Amino acid sequence: MAAVLTNDITKQFEGVAAVAGISLSVPDGEFMVLLGPSGCGKTTFLRIICGLEKQTSGDILIGGTVVNEMPPRARGVAMMFQSYGLYPHYKVRDNIAFPLRTQRVAAAEIKKKVDWAAELLGIEHLLDRRPRQLSGGERQRVALARALVREPTVLLLDEPLSNLDAKLRASARNEIKQFQQRVGTTTIYVTHDQVEAMGMGDRIAVIDHGKVRQVGTPAAIYDDPADRFVATFVGSPPMNLVAWNGGHLGFRPENFLPKELVEDGAVTEFSFRVERAEYLGSERIVYGTLEGLESEQEVTAKLPPAHVPLESIRPGEVHPFAVRNSALCYFDKDGKRAIRH
Amino acid sequence: MVAIAEKSLKRRSRFQFILDRPKVLGPLFVSPAILYVLALVGVPFLLAVYYSVSAYTIYSQSYKFVGLSNFFQIFQSDIFRTTLANTFIFTFGSQILGLVLGKFGALLLLRPFPGRKIVRALIVLPWAVPVALATVAWEWMFDSLYSVINWTLIALGFIDRSDAPNWLGTPHLAMLCVMVVNAWRFFPFAIVIFLAGITAVPQDVIDAATVDGAGFWRRNYQIIVPIIAPIVVVGLIFGTVFTFTDLSIVYLLTMGGPVNATSVLGFEGFQVGILSGDVAHGAAISLVMLPVLLVLVVVMLRFIRRREI
Repeated sequence: MAAVLTNDITKQFEGVAAVAGISLSVPDGEFMVLLGPSGCGKTTFLRIICGLEKQTSGDILIGGTVVNEMPPRARGVAMMFQSYGLYPHYKVRDNIAFPLRTQRVAAAEIKKKVDWAAELLGIEHLLDRRPRQLSGGERQRVALARALVREPTVLLLDEPLSNLDAKLRASARNEIKQFQQRVGTTTIYVTHDQVEAMGMGDRIAVIDHGKVRQVGTPAAIYDDPADRFVATFVGSPPMNLVAWNGGHLGFRPENFLPKELVEDGAVTEFSFRVERAEYLGSERIVYGTLEGLESEQEVTAKLPPAHVPLESIRPGEVHPFAVRNSALCYFDKDGKRAIRH
Repeated sequence: MVAIAEKSLKRRSRFQFILDRPKVLGPLFVSPAILYVLALVGVPFLLAVYYSVSAYTIYSQSYKFVGLSNFFQIFQSDIFRTTLANTFIFTFGSQILGLVLGKFGALLLLRPFPGRKIVRALIVLPWAVPVALATVAWEWMFDSLYSVINWTLIALGFIDRSDAPNWLGTPHLAMLCVMVVNAWRFFPFAIVIFLAGITAVPQDVIDAATVDGAGFWRRNYQIIVPIIAPIVVVGLIFGTVFTFTDLSIVYLLTMGGPVNATSVLGFEGFQVGILSGDVAHGAAISLVMLPVLLVLVVVMLRFIRRREI
């Protein structure tokens, strides 16, 4: 186990910057999530850390050692790929044993470790099958067992849940997180799914266009976004942005409520014209526009059906809405976060 | 409305949509191919079987049935036994050489370099050039007097003019020559097979092997080659069948010489059956190829089925 430190990593592909200077510090044992839209450079960055790609400039330190010139096998990292990359011609047992065989571990030791990894992930009964005989969830466990069997210094996961169906994804998310807490391996997890990022990460690094926009705990990323990109990328539906004093005023849809629900404390009031509503069971998403501002502004409100009866807010009506001032974020004209409103 | 529908239903002949039935249409479409195979492969094959158990020669065209005596006779002949051994050496030697060249050629062609597309196109040439043309060119390269290979070796000072090898005149060297020419013809095909196989291996699998600590050799021989083995064996089946039955290179380069050192079954069958007119023995020699190839092909197909992943 080891801390990972990257210092101003860049990567150019034929003149195009895929990674444009990422400096990131992942302490020992942390679960760090790299979150960003597809094509933002997060996978390239992960491949640079494990050594499959060579950075154009910048340093990588794993456990305090500069590993820039080391091949992947010397870095002691393990990586789990999006489509798992299991060896189709090997049985599960040999798949898991492969990283040990390349290190010339003694046969008895290999058997012990394979059994340990298989037991850890509950796949003992699959050891004599081949990858094609496994379901998606089972393949994912085998891939994880293969990554963990040699007790890597750092575990790199590249969108490991994207090939699973929605139901399986939720349980796998939980499993990976619990599992990481148990073994305590430093983990870097790449995803474009904010639910995974929010649910699993000790900290999240939001990446866009090859740059880190913000690093912070899930709560900090959500409540205190550093810029407009982070504000709109994280959260579903995304943060409302309203043109305001040359910049933008942002507030989360769930903080945009009928005025009578936000009586206490300092509030900012809006006049909300309701256009359309979606009832999603646990919540109601209401789309509409703000009236009485310089221009018409489209906003979304997320209402708790338990507190706001269905019949009280209907399309076509105009209602007084309000946001607590503490829940407002102000972004200047460059999209950067300014002082709290 | 119902009445009208029923009426029109009754009027339709039961053969009106006969071509829509897969059970009719399928055999109809396949039948030309079956007829063609029967006419061009089946009939000559049965004819050969018949000749091989008859006493037919072009001088005495008797269809007299002689049982398996033709086969006993050819197996007692030293020339035939040499020929059989030569065929195996020729086939496996050139296949192994072709596969090795193909594997490394494919690895080289996978790397990006300027002009790769042109090289990829040119590499297919040995395969596309007519065998007669190519073999004549090779014949000059191996010629005892004008050999450009010898000339180069002499110019580089590796050998002396007095002990320059007589490529096609020395038994072992002649065998090496026909193998090299055949491997040279076969290797572009092997490259294409390997390229197709290697590009089909998911990048994730290769990356996983790299991160798992596999170096170049382990990645190639424990991951890539086993994964593409079924594809390579299909190529090998083609190569083996074509080489085992081939007579063109031997015929054009050495005529089976020196002293039958490069005689192969196809050539020997042609020599005895067509050139000497002993059709019965020629057919028997050629038919020996059938069980051998059958066993080889069945073994290889079984291997593929077992390895299907």
